[in-house]
Amino acid sequence: MIQKNSPGLNNEKKLLEIDKLTVSFETDEGVFKAVDDVSFHVKNNEIVGLIGESGCGKSVTALSILRLIPSPAGRIEKGRIILGGKDLLKLDIREMKQIRGNAVSMIFQEPAAALSPLHKIGRQMIEGLMLHKNISKKTAWNIAENWLKKVSIPDAGERMYSYPYQLSGGMQQRVMIAMALMPAPDLVIADEPTTALDVTTQAQIFELIKELRQSHTSILLITHDMGIIWEMCGRVIVMYASRIAEEGNINDIFFKPVHPYTRGLLKSVPKLSTEAGRLMPIPGFVPSPFNYPSGCYFRDRCPQAFDRCKKEKPQLVDLGNGHKAACFLV
Amino acid sequence: MNKQLIKQPILEIRNLKTWFPIKRGIMARTAGYVKAVDGISMHLYKGETLGLVGESGCGKTTLGRTLLRLEKPQKGKILFLGKNLLDLKRKKLQEMRKRIQMIFQDPLTSLNPRMNVLDIVTEGLVEYKIIKKNKEDHAKRLMKEVGLDENSIYRYPHEFSGGQRQRISIARSISLKPDLLICDEPVSALDVSVQAQIINLLLDLRDSYNLSYIFISHDISIVSNIANRIAVMYLGKIVEQGPASDVINNPMHPYTKALINAVPTPGIYKKKKIVLKGETPSPSSPPPGCHFHTRCSEVMDICRKTAPQESKSGMRQVWCHLYKGIG
Repeated sequence: MIQKNSPGLNNEKKLLEIDKLTVSFETDEGVFKAVDDVSFHVKNNEIVGLIGESGCGKSVTALSILRLIPSPAGRIEKGRIILGGKDLLKLDIREMKQIRGNAVSMIFQEPAAALSPLHKIGRQMIEGLMLHKNISKKTAWNIAENWLKKVSIPDAGERMYSYPYQLSGGMQQRVMIAMALMPAPDLVIADEPTTALDVTTQAQIFELIKELRQSHTSILLITHDMGIIWEMCGRVIVMYASRIAEEGNINDIFFKPVHPYTRGLLKSVPKLSTEAGRLMPIPGFVPSPFNYPSGCYFRDRCPQAFDRCKKEKPQLVDLGNGHKAACFLV
Repeated sequence: MNKQLIKQPILEIRNLKTWFPIKRGIMARTAGYVKAVDGISMHLYKGETLGLVGESGCGKTTLGRTLLRLEKPQKGKILFLGKNLLDLKRKKLQEMRKRIQMIFQDPLTSLNPRMNVLDIVTEGLVEYKIIKKNKEDHAKRLMKEVGLDENSIYRYPHEFSGGQRQRISIARSISLKPDLLICDEPVSALDVSVQAQIINLLLDLRDSYNLSYIFISHDISIVSNIANRIAVMYLGKIVEQGPASDVINNPMHPYTKALINAVPTPGIYKKKKIVLKGETPSPSSPPPGCHFHTRCSEVMDICRKTAPQESKSGMRQVWCHLYKGIG
């Protein structure tokens, strides 16, 4: 078996702790829970992966950390989000602004949508710097230009005067990465940072993130791709239908998964293969949040479901070494 | 079955060029061309799947659309069952289109939201006057074929999940019993756990209908699970082509190597990482010589000047100066 070193395992200090987070959304069809009783933590200098399929609540969890849940439709019903000792949910707007783009920054999936089309790259980059670091425009401009060089954008000086549309998708994402890492944040939340990009560009972007991350910066990487988790992360949290299904370091999750969903996910991923042939999918499809089955939300797709799964919701059980799973089989 | 048909490829493309003019100025004079498909030749046998791999902008989708004559090529030949599709007039073309069907990436935008499933899957059958009545029976049969509930034929696309919608578009595409199915990124918009279901369905249908597929995808790992042969495209040209297992096991072209290396594979720790430098150049002004030379790790002087010719060995073809004179 190949063992990977997970960086930061020795550093036990928790940077971010999410405790029993529940987020609900009100729609025309009714109220549903997008995130249901989710607890996990991110340690200092750690890259944690949050994996799940569309609608599992992974992006909503991330947005909750920055308190960017669209309001009034969405509401954080309960829970605590503790960053460096402070409960982010108790801060007022002014204090929250000090956190966003400073202590916690975010890389979004679509750089073209995240960057303002009306402003030049340089101006967008220095905005946050000037706001948080109390430095002059000129200093900020120099710092930003330096960062453009660091993310390997050719002709950085000129590019500061470009509009986002003049850059390719990969280049735009590099700008986003520079903006996210520039303030030396404690935590970077990367929400599917390479989903919109080509594989060879994806490889470039991940190398860049690994290389430029300051020693203390932790990353919460949200993705639906098991391969990316393997390449980037030390620890993984698997979400399914608004709840955590399994959590553990990547060796446990990839080689000793216990939750049938994690197992199914690992088996169904199309891998590079030298022989065409049938794959092993998970039967059925992700249920709509209005139609979650009773008991365990995965039970009607689960090959090992039994009576108890219909009646009770499984809770996360600690299996040692930080490996946890919410399943009655363990 | 006619022996001749089995031996002859069902589809043969010869030196196909689809160029889009770039118009400039008030008089809209043509200032240049985006050479989306630039001199591609390939063939496909009955019951075979050809995987077409490449990154965004490499021309793979344009190639697929050109085969259906949704784009007009500049030059070249598309021989389908021995007839050149590009010579066909409207009526004959329509007859031919019956035999070539397409599945698109996003099933929500490729299904009409105002039509129910019954009308969607039987539209072709009605249009070609193959059936006059019993639409329901045909729809139910097709739904069953793709693993959907027969009783949901009166429902509308929005009432289905992504994977189910893709099943509906597959049902529509097989309704006319085509010979060739062009699948343009059919699973890219789907959840991981559902992708495998659709791949399996396509494999089953290939066997039961004796279909041929052109399977277009940016994801070489998905392609490797369905294709018999793989063609890798870069900036409008094929750079490597061959039996799927050979291309995956032993990629020859530096671009194919990088593409395979870039796929994050869970459970396998890569010793050597190939990270390509730079960006894909714009297809409107590709670099001279070999289009890939600006990013190639093994670039030589000749690559900057001359475009590589085809090197052939057995079933494999590669367009790279490194392999000059093999085979």
